[in-house]
Amino acid sequence: MRLLIKNGRVIDPSSKTDDTLDLLIEKGKIVDIKAKIETKGAKVIDASNLVVTPGFIDMHTHLREPGQEDKETIATGALAAAKGGFTSIACMPNTDPVNDNRGVTEYILSEAKKNALVNIFPIASITKDQAGKELIDMADLADAGAIAFSDDGFPVEDSQVMRRALEYSRILNTPIIDHCEDKKLSNEGVMHEGYYSYFFGLKGIPASSEETMVARDIILAKKADVPIHIAHLSVKGAVNIIKEAKKKNVKVTTEVTPHHLFLTDSHLENYDTNLKVNPPLRSKEDAQALIKAVKEGVVDVFATDHAPHTLDEKDVEFDKAPFGINGLETAVSLFLDKLVTKNVISLQKFIGMISTAPALILGLENKGKICVGADADITILNLHKEIVVDVNTFKSKSKNNPFQGWKLRGIPAMTIVGGKIVYSSASLENFK
Amino acid sequence: MGKTIINLFYEPSTRTRSSFELAAKRLSADIVNFNKQTSSVVKGESFKDTILNLEAMNPDAIIIRHSASGAPHFATTFCQPKIINAGDGAHEHPTQALLDAFTIRQEKKSFKDLRVIIVGDILHSRVARSNIFLLKILGASVVLVGPPALLPVEFKKFGVEIDFNLDRAIKGADVVMMLRIQMERQTKNFFPSIREYRNLYSLTEKRFHQAKKNAIIMHPGPINRGVEISSDMADSAKSVILKQVENGIAVRMAVLYLLLGGKEREAID
Repeated sequence: MRLLIKNGRVIDPSSKTDDTLDLLIEKGKIVDIKAKIETKGAKVIDASNLVVTPGFIDMHTHLREPGQEDKETIATGALAAAKGGFTSIACMPNTDPVNDNRGVTEYILSEAKKNALVNIFPIASITKDQAGKELIDMADLADAGAIAFSDDGFPVEDSQVMRRALEYSRILNTPIIDHCEDKKLSNEGVMHEGYYSYFFGLKGIPASSEETMVARDIILAKKADVPIHIAHLSVKGAVNIIKEAKKKNVKVTTEVTPHHLFLTDSHLENYDTNLKVNPPLRSKEDAQALIKAVKEGVVDVFATDHAPHTLDEKDVEFDKAPFGINGLETAVSLFLDKLVTKNVISLQKFIGMISTAPALILGLENKGKICVGADADITILNLHKEIVVDVNTFKSKSKNNPFQGWKLRGIPAMTIVGGKIVYSSASLENFK
Repeated sequence: MGKTIINLFYEPSTRTRSSFELAAKRLSADIVNFNKQTSSVVKGESFKDTILNLEAMNPDAIIIRHSASGAPHFATTFCQPKIINAGDGAHEHPTQALLDAFTIRQEKKSFKDLRVIIVGDILHSRVARSNIFLLKILGASVVLVGPPALLPVEFKKFGVEIDFNLDRAIKGADVVMMLRIQMERQTKNFFPSIREYRNLYSLTEKRFHQAKKNAIIMHPGPINRGVEISSDMADSAKSVILKQVENGIAVRMAVLYLLLGGKEREAID
């Protein structure tokens, strides 16, 4: 089927395009881009007053399948992604069993092919069972379709193992994504260590827990001369370390989540377990430093760290609740409202950080850009529509999102994956 | 007074549990003691379900002691009976602070210009926090003392002084409040050894001499004799430790009375 997207404001950061253009899609690819395309037999989407962008890529999600299908499945996570404006998502390996072998990667890809509305890219673990001891068969997993390696929430503690993983990744062209945390320093903490953790009597996770690991792994990656991607940056000290490393041309990239930008430790006053996340919500000073780092280009990517948990799991004492925020369906509106509408960053920069940059880091050659021949993964934005976040409308199986009730301006209006419309908000029709 | 109260203790307790029980009984309330070990909690029943089931029995108040900070606050979000915090994690222990203030007021004319030092494991102490907040409201100046790992400098933001040196901090103190040092802290290296802790932070007669002449010694209990406080100090005439326990009942009677519908005026009369 052919699809013609007409009169949209097309923004493509990779070619520095920002113009009113028509886009013709055929057989899953973009086949023509012009000021005016006349053609017969194509389904026409009127994108007047809307923004047409390369499909958004979330390089940090948790889909819970296999093993924890009560929280989320590949199908529901993909649906949530489609609604949230994402055309591709990369899923972390902390499933049950862990994605540390070809079987699990192949299972995820086959389920995705059958049931997922968006592209699913599995991330394999670095070590067997994420135990931090033995490397997995990284080449085999890369061949099976793993797009990156990460032990995510169980970061490799043994420096020698991490060094070997980084060295080996050199032959693979598959990056290592690093959740930087020294678990000994975190010491079973449940929130950011600082004034508020002492005030609320909750165990703290110090900033140093992240900073020391960021420093260590940048040093190791530099020596191995390989790229390293630092996940969900949360503290000012780590921003500074990454900034310095970038100056010295270390191949380090990093991402930031909406919750670390727009929420802080002081919000925990009601012991709301939907705010319990790792890395924890940090201080106001840290959040401000992250926003500055986004503006200065120290941060490369916007990601969600979508981490669904059931209502029952979160409906407990704060200490007992699992870490994680369900973020796929609120991220884009949060970034648009808090950063773009308020002129903190430009729309072009936002789109670059949520499509172009993750595509480059993950090596997705035909994604993250709008050009003839590129995959027809398109996100269409309505910058004017206002919504009030309501978790009850979530497509995700879980509802653990702390932005309930927030009024936000700017939404993903349509999501197109491989030339197929996978999501369309009612507002698109109303807008015309 | 025809009221029903449930004593819901998720942690072991001697003083607070007995004190609330006796306070309720002296007010002629019906009180039920809930013991975690002999309850369905051991079968895995959640905190929320436990409270909802107890609520179905229509109590007027539930007194909660829990190891998780914020647990009583969490309870208030889904149940109707009055919730009284009998100590939650490292957060607060409000009735302890009230009974401590009551005890200090018996011994001292006014809180103004009073130098109160709180010594020991500040980091994990709910008693310290509640005392800091209440004593600041009442006008006392509060000095926290302990080894650095148990006394984060961020506590200064609560409007208190901090000092790692007990010998220096105790000079001129009106109230010396010692906190229990939990033995398991040593295994996590918060300090090197009990011996070392005792040498630096134990209340001994020699140290107590540096305090004001009419200074008093307090401790929320349970005490570790010979660790944070020497036996002779704990049992000395300057010690009001058992007085605190005695006052606990009166203070908790007042708390129950006022929270369960009594009028302040009647209470005073």
